[in-house]
Amino acid sequence: MDNPMNNKGKLPIRAACLLTACAFIIYGFARGEAGVVLNKAVNICLECIGLG
Amino acid sequence: MIAKIRYAVKRKLLQIIAFGCSNAHVLNFKGGKLYTGKWKQFCNPGLNCYSCPAAGFACPIGALQAVNGSMQFTFSFYVTGLLLAFGVLLGRAVCGWLCPFGLLQELIHKIPSPKLHLKKGFLYLKYIILVVFVLILPVAVTDYMGMGKPAFCQYLCPAGTLEGGLFLLAAHESLRKAVGALFNLKMAILLLTVVGCVFCYRFFCRTLCPLGAIYGLFNKISLYHLEVDSHKCIGCGKCKEACQMEVDPVKTPGSPECIRCGACADICPTGAVCLGFSTKCGKTLP
Repeated sequence: MDNPMNNKGKLPIRAACLLTACAFIIYGFARGEAGVVLNKAVNICLECIGLG
Repeated sequence: MIAKIRYAVKRKLLQIIAFGCSNAHVLNFKGGKLYTGKWKQFCNPGLNCYSCPAAGFACPIGALQAVNGSMQFTFSFYVTGLLLAFGVLLGRAVCGWLCPFGLLQELIHKIPSPKLHLKKGFLYLKYIILVVFVLILPVAVTDYMGMGKPAFCQYLCPAGTLEGGLFLLAAHESLRKAVGALFNLKMAILLLTVVGCVFCYRFFCRTLCPLGAIYGLFNKISLYHLEVDSHKCIGCGKCKEACQMEVDPVKTPGSPECIRCGACADICPTGAVCLGFSTKCGKTLP
């Protein structure tokens, strides 16, 4: 059986995860990862369609 | 009666809206072009191939492998951060409410047939796929330039074959000429997925999807969550019977398999099961 923490107990974990997520997104965006994603996504991905 | 159908109706509506928003560029099917606007640098929360002509956003699993396997980077903070945010906010509600490929699987499951239970061992396969095909292979197996290939997309993903491959091959003769053993392997996996989904509810979602594996890890702490009121629950077991993901919401409300579809909340005769961002039910069963 689960023994879930109550919601008050989960708040710090959620806050920490969200702060980490924001920091990761900003850092990743700033160092140009979004450009790599965009470059991959706007061209036909031969691996994705089974030809690569 | 209205309360009893509420989650089912709301979820189906949101699934259709999410499917439409994820694949808004339908005119691209004519001519087999891809949308090339700036929105594609952002990831869709659910699984939706970015090589689908209609896709408006990037696939998070494809994006993660693309950045991790690129020459410049070996770890994607950007995509990991997005997955972390989606996971903490929604958990596997993304699978149940927002994933375009999840909706397709549910539609396929409506084909009349005997419906089968899935053995528990198959549920762990998606974690192995996540670690091996999404996290390790794109970084570990690289070419002379240091670039890795998206192994999950290349060898396994049926969403890419269905949403991208079939439409693009239909539109481009040059691509049809390049069809080989790899495409046949991916077609076989797509066929297996479709047949699996006919007999088992969300077969791909439960056994193979690495995105479901990631979001499942957040189900215990996600802001959108499921609660069971211990004072209202009469232990009738109807919620467990109604759950097509084969979860017992009373025993494991934070199960990594729960996609927060709300079928348990819809069927509960006492209103003991609640879903939401805030605590409506009160005390959760221990």
